[in-house]
Amino acid sequence: MADFFFNTNLGMLLLIIGQILLVVVPLLIALAFLMYADRKVWAAVQMRRGPNVVGAFGLLQSFADFGKYIVKEIIVPAGADKAVFFMAPMVTLVMSLIAWAVIPFNDGWVLSNINVAILYVFAVSSLEVYGVIMGGWASNSKYPFLGSLRSAAQMISYEVSIGLIIVGIIISSGSMNFSTIVEAQSGDYGLFNWFWLPHFPMLILFFISALAETNRPPFDLPEAESELVAGFQVEYSSTPFLLFMIGELVAVVLMCALISLMFFGGWLSPVPGLPDGIFWMVAKIGFVFFFFAMVKAITPRYRYDQLMRLGWKVFLPFSLAWVVFVAFAAKFGWFWGIYARWTVGG
Amino acid sequence: MTQIDYTRAAKYFLLQDVWQGFKLGMKYFFAPKATLNYPHEKGPLSTRFRGEHALRRYPNGEERCIACKLCEAVCPAQAITIDAEPREDGSRRTTRYDIDMTKCIYCGFCQEACPVDAIVEGPNFEFSTETREELFYDKDKLLSNGDRWEGEIARNLELDAPYR
Repeated sequence: MADFFFNTNLGMLLLIIGQILLVVVPLLIALAFLMYADRKVWAAVQMRRGPNVVGAFGLLQSFADFGKYIVKEIIVPAGADKAVFFMAPMVTLVMSLIAWAVIPFNDGWVLSNINVAILYVFAVSSLEVYGVIMGGWASNSKYPFLGSLRSAAQMISYEVSIGLIIVGIIISSGSMNFSTIVEAQSGDYGLFNWFWLPHFPMLILFFISALAETNRPPFDLPEAESELVAGFQVEYSSTPFLLFMIGELVAVVLMCALISLMFFGGWLSPVPGLPDGIFWMVAKIGFVFFFFAMVKAITPRYRYDQLMRLGWKVFLPFSLAWVVFVAFAAKFGWFWGIYARWTVGG
Repeated sequence: MTQIDYTRAAKYFLLQDVWQGFKLGMKYFFAPKATLNYPHEKGPLSTRFRGEHALRRYPNGEERCIACKLCEAVCPAQAITIDAEPREDGSRRTTRYDIDMTKCIYCGFCQEACPVDAIVEGPNFEFSTETREELFYDKDKLLSNGDRWEGEIARNLELDAPYR
């Protein structure tokens, strides 16, 4: 049996498909409940109850919504480029899903343990913007086009600072492999060994950039209900809309996973002595997601020029200066060498 | 050379407003919810609430309406249509009393105009229908509404009486 799975082509293929399903299916089921949690948090801050009718405490609300989206009629605008129109939501969903290939959930629990994992994730999440641009352009309508242009400019601006922030993490851990990055955060002091402490300003910057990168409020300008109706999604209905929505949420959860891997020690236990495990990874993703949901509830939307100013005139110089600082600290072993545990003279 | 406001700059970089907002958000997060679970819970209604119309009867079963047509005259939306004839016993009664609920603006002038408290707007606000035709109320419908809501209508009128 083992011989079949590890030594024949068909066996390998089946094994890989099985692994992919093992990641994607729990992810999508968790996604339904995260969507519910998002709405519940939002409702609670506004002193509303939120969904509470479908299932116990409304837990099955997301599944009811999915069902409703699927049975609705698919409307294609008369002037739309059909092929691109239907490709756009698929691109968004697929790009956000394949990034999960390199995310480890536990020691060794990773689909593809490649050494350039962090670069792969950012390459793939950069491609996500194509889904939005294609959707906005193919709709052949003004609001979606404006929304997609905004989205393109916004995602490109914030990817610059995200890229610089991860350089700091790479210097600290000496690796672009997520498993190694997490291992670099292990130590005798539990959560005080994690990178959130030495890289604290970058944690905040990364969190805010992640909000902008995933078009979450307060940076939801591509959607901007009050000005652009729903931005690039205006002309979408039914299943294509559902794909867009799932794709965006998968990207949000991916950002939560990245933050927990890079700053909160992934599957490492916060208290020395407690066992490490997937439980901590899930708990940390949930914790970060709670902040994503809270930010959505408490912040007003940025104006477009404020968004651009923040990205280029505050985040970019700040993260660039931080990279230089970390590089020097690593090279000369400042702060007991915490910025260079594994490599550059540490 | 412009003066830099360091306090403001510090607040900006320490995200003071976001933390303040977060604190406020968490305060309301645990506050009691303002939502009513509507179909199961309902809010309080005033005794003067102007809801669905009803035609009332006297305790002996005789209908109150005497076909004076004051409500028809006062109705600003012209939603009420009345036809009247003397009955066999000689009393003046309506043969037709229609309210077009799609025209009605629920101003309450009809019940103010009525000298015998026959037409009233009751406390019922849940009378949506699936077709438009069902909202063209006739005399039978209005009288059955009156029979159905008489208890609450009488109570509301009594409670409101001292203020009239």
